[in-house]
Amino acid sequence: MFALVDGNNFYVSCERVFRPSLNACPVVVLSNNDGCAIARSNEAKALGIKMGAPWFQIKHLAESEGLVALSANFALYGDLSDRMMSVAAGLGPRQEVYSIDESFIDLSGVRGNLVERSHKMRARILQWVGIPCGIGIGSTKTLAKLANHIAKTAERKPGSYREHLAQVCNLAALAPAELEAVMAATPVNEVWGVGRQISKQLNESGITNVLELTRLDAAMAKSRWSVMLERTVRELQGTPCIDLDQAPVPKQQIACTRSFGHPVTEFGDLNEAVTEFASRAAQKLRKQGSLAGQVLVFIRTSPFRRDTQYSGSTTVPLRRPSADTAVLVNAALAGLHAIYQTGFKYAKAGIMLLGLQPDKVQQIELDLPDDDEQEDRGRLMTTLDTLNQRYGRGTVLMASAGLAGDRRSWSMKQERRTPGYTTCWEDMPVVRA
Amino acid sequence: MLALLIRNRVCAGFPSPAEDLGAKRIDLTQVLITHPQATYFLRASGHSMVEAGIFDNDILVVDRAVKPRNNHIVVAVVDGDFTVKQLYQRQGRIRLKAANPTFPDIVPKEGQTIEIWGVVTSCIKQFPV
Repeated sequence: MFALVDGNNFYVSCERVFRPSLNACPVVVLSNNDGCAIARSNEAKALGIKMGAPWFQIKHLAESEGLVALSANFALYGDLSDRMMSVAAGLGPRQEVYSIDESFIDLSGVRGNLVERSHKMRARILQWVGIPCGIGIGSTKTLAKLANHIAKTAERKPGSYREHLAQVCNLAALAPAELEAVMAATPVNEVWGVGRQISKQLNESGITNVLELTRLDAAMAKSRWSVMLERTVRELQGTPCIDLDQAPVPKQQIACTRSFGHPVTEFGDLNEAVTEFASRAAQKLRKQGSLAGQVLVFIRTSPFRRDTQYSGSTTVPLRRPSADTAVLVNAALAGLHAIYQTGFKYAKAGIMLLGLQPDKVQQIELDLPDDDEQEDRGRLMTTLDTLNQRYGRGTVLMASAGLAGDRRSWSMKQERRTPGYTTCWEDMPVVRA
Repeated sequence: MLALLIRNRVCAGFPSPAEDLGAKRIDLTQVLITHPQATYFLRASGHSMVEAGIFDNDILVVDRAVKPRNNHIVVAVVDGDFTVKQLYQRQGRIRLKAANPTFPDIVPKEGQTIEIWGVVTSCIKQFPV
């Protein structure tokens, strides 16, 4: 049995923790360079603002509807994510962090009423960290993800599902008739891994809701569509067959995380793990044709051991968006250095690439090819050396050389970014005394 | 018969006195932070809490995992802004009291909700050096 714990409108909820006045108004968080909406409050969704809506198209709502737009503040989101994840880890013996705001919890061996336990966990995350979550439970990850969608929708749109499914939904606890009704009321495009293309094709074949997809023959799904859809159908039917490594890549971010087989204490081992994670994430990033703007790295002890607990995370901004393995690894390792503390038994580490943007809109001075091949690295280095010789030392530096905090004149447009409330002494929220 | 068991420790190399003591340098966060995931720092601005020892520019350690009770010093949200005051709860009604006689208490008006955001557990002052 799996649970998926997912922060509601996560980036917006993070902003609201320190600006409670935003609770009443529609809020969107904008992507790098203040381009388009990457998170929307329920009020913003109600205004009809779509995910990814360009800012210039919704700008007029600021005046007419009181829409508040903020630039993404990844340092804040990274810190609150770490808090949320480490509380959520207490729900079951194994946690897999899927993205900045989602983690799967393996509930094997957890006794008692899972719905009650999850409601308590949800209340704790809201009280302690300040983030409202939805929790979905199912016998496979795909079902847990579906349950999570139902839990959130039932809360956001009363009447869409029955009230008792709001906030926490356990599909495995529903009577067969209710399970069928719930599945029939959910369109196929809400299923994890069913993209726009496939859901269009499914619709054309008369499969519009989840119940119909669940009743599809798995072998047929494979022959007519893909192995991926076959797996999805099997998962919907209750047979677990998706590892997080093969899971669909979440939108707007790429995560590579792992629980260690046995506790790790040495920096060297973490160093190795984080290097591997960052390299794999960089590969995924290039495969989908994106660049990352920030690298989040975290390390954590296990809440199920009686050792002293520690959880550290930091978000390292890149000087400019990149998909270069060397740049991403360097950033991740710089972050690891900052958060590593000796004397703890680490059970889990991971990295996330945030602030993704298509590589086509790259603001870059040099057109540098992929670094996978030594040859290209060599070409890069030659170019670098030539430029430095010609225009003076330091004209062109590895981006990682700029990580130490010197802000160059080149910087991203982030006019509406809130302060680093939890990560910067000067930016601490002010309370009136 | 009496059996005697004698345990002998064999030491190789130079003994390290530090290992035996297992002492760690005092770490302030251990005392100031009980619930790391639930603890935030806020900076106080103003003079309404001077008699409680909270001065302008002090850093407040706020623990959201602590259940607010009568007489706790709390951070509350009043009209969308953070304010620090002493919490008075009586018969289900709450009042936020200033710790400075020149400041009025805050009593929620009809229909006004006051959210208790967290409980202040410590106050950090730093002196100019």
